[in-house]
Amino acid sequence: MTVASPADIILFPDSYQTVYTIRTEAFEGPFDLLLHLIKKNEVDIYNIPIAAITRQYLDYLDVMQELNLDIAGDFLVMASTLIQIKSRMLLPLPPDEEIGEEDLEDPRAELVRRLLEYQKYREAAVSLAQRELLGRDTFVRDFAAPELAEIEPEQERLEVELFELIEAFRRVLATVPEQTFHEVGAEGLSIADRINELLLLLQGTDAAVFENLFIGSATREQVIITFLAILELCRLNMVRLAQARSFGSILVIPTLLDAAAEAVTEEDLDRDFA
Amino acid sequence: MTSLKSVVESLLFVADTPLTLDRLCSILEEHDRRDISDTVAELLAEYGEGTRGIYLAEVAGGWQLRSRPENADYLRRLNRSRPYRFSNSSLETLAIVAYRQPITRAEVEYLRGVDSGGVLKTLLEKKMLRILGKKDIPGRPLIYGTSREFLEAFNLKDLASLPTLKEVQELTARDLLEQQEELPLPGLNVNSKE
Repeated sequence: MTVASPADIILFPDSYQTVYTIRTEAFEGPFDLLLHLIKKNEVDIYNIPIAAITRQYLDYLDVMQELNLDIAGDFLVMASTLIQIKSRMLLPLPPDEEIGEEDLEDPRAELVRRLLEYQKYREAAVSLAQRELLGRDTFVRDFAAPELAEIEPEQERLEVELFELIEAFRRVLATVPEQTFHEVGAEGLSIADRINELLLLLQGTDAAVFENLFIGSATREQVIITFLAILELCRLNMVRLAQARSFGSILVIPTLLDAAAEAVTEEDLDRDFA
Repeated sequence: MTSLKSVVESLLFVADTPLTLDRLCSILEEHDRRDISDTVAELLAEYGEGTRGIYLAEVAGGWQLRSRPENADYLRRLNRSRPYRFSNSSLETLAIVAYRQPITRAEVEYLRGVDSGGVLKTLLEKKMLRILGKKDIPGRPLIYGTSREFLEAFNLKDLASLPTLKEVQELTARDLLEQQEELPLPGLNVNSKE
């Protein structure tokens, strides 16, 4: 366990950040740290001395907290779990009639199960990394032969720049007639609704022309919602934007299989990557 | 007349993704499926002799000509693009998704004990993972699975050829995650929505 020496701090103004990065690489999470402590102390995983391990665990947390307060979130949950286990081990069992199966089980059992399960996947990760990785150990030809590229220009898609996307959006927006009268009432179309409409539209097609997705979007509001829906789909990796050639029309290419082309709601969008 | 073997070899040489038997059969419609499959087997054997710089790899349900892993050092000098790099947390998450798919973010986090939203997102961007659908439980969380690109990157024929997990003695976990069925093997068609 190393702590940033004063020399480091002078050399690197943001050394706290640096140390923090190193630390998270050293321990992926509370399980990783616990397994490390169990191994270091050479104790039996089925018979963890909770008090000793918890003390060391908290010592690590102390150092981590000195370096950066934010990182300990998941680690703190584990600390409280450890302390809860210890207290359950100290408490006498309830009177006979109230003993359920749960109470009879070693309070450590759940933790041990999860640790072993985690260890299993960590080993699987190591064996994955040892495989002959494409791009590291083995290589493929990653270019199309030039003559073929000419025959099939579509193969050579350019990724769309943000600027071009905005230009295309402006063009669509310009085609919407300026409204001269005042309209009352809400249009009630949400981005999520529009995403689902677009997904339906794209289903089964290889690609759609960007402008064509705006057909039927009569008002400025609808155009903007459609545009936001396309951006959202992009962000979710459900479509890809590409051009067959520079300044050509922008193609919206669905990247998802039908299975996932199920209704998406706004919560979905935010929940996983909030 | 050119031999079927030479045609198949040319196709494999030029193709930019692994070619499946189905794909080969649809290209070579005038040929018998069995002949094509025998031809691929012949090529596999010939490239397997190990005298050439390329070999025929069985990946992602198809075949692809790849450089010999022994020559990797030299090829890295040629190839200026940065090699695939996976952090420990990426590998851990990939392993969990690979063995437990279809899986939700909450399940990944239960197994890892840490927040995994960022890693999942990165892996989606790297196209190692894909969204299979949404789980039919409250909150309708997204379901993740591995992609064809994952099989290609890790030189896997299909999901069934993942190395077997080291079984944990005695205490085989029976917890809330155990409600899921066996891993959806084999092959790529794991578009289950539950």
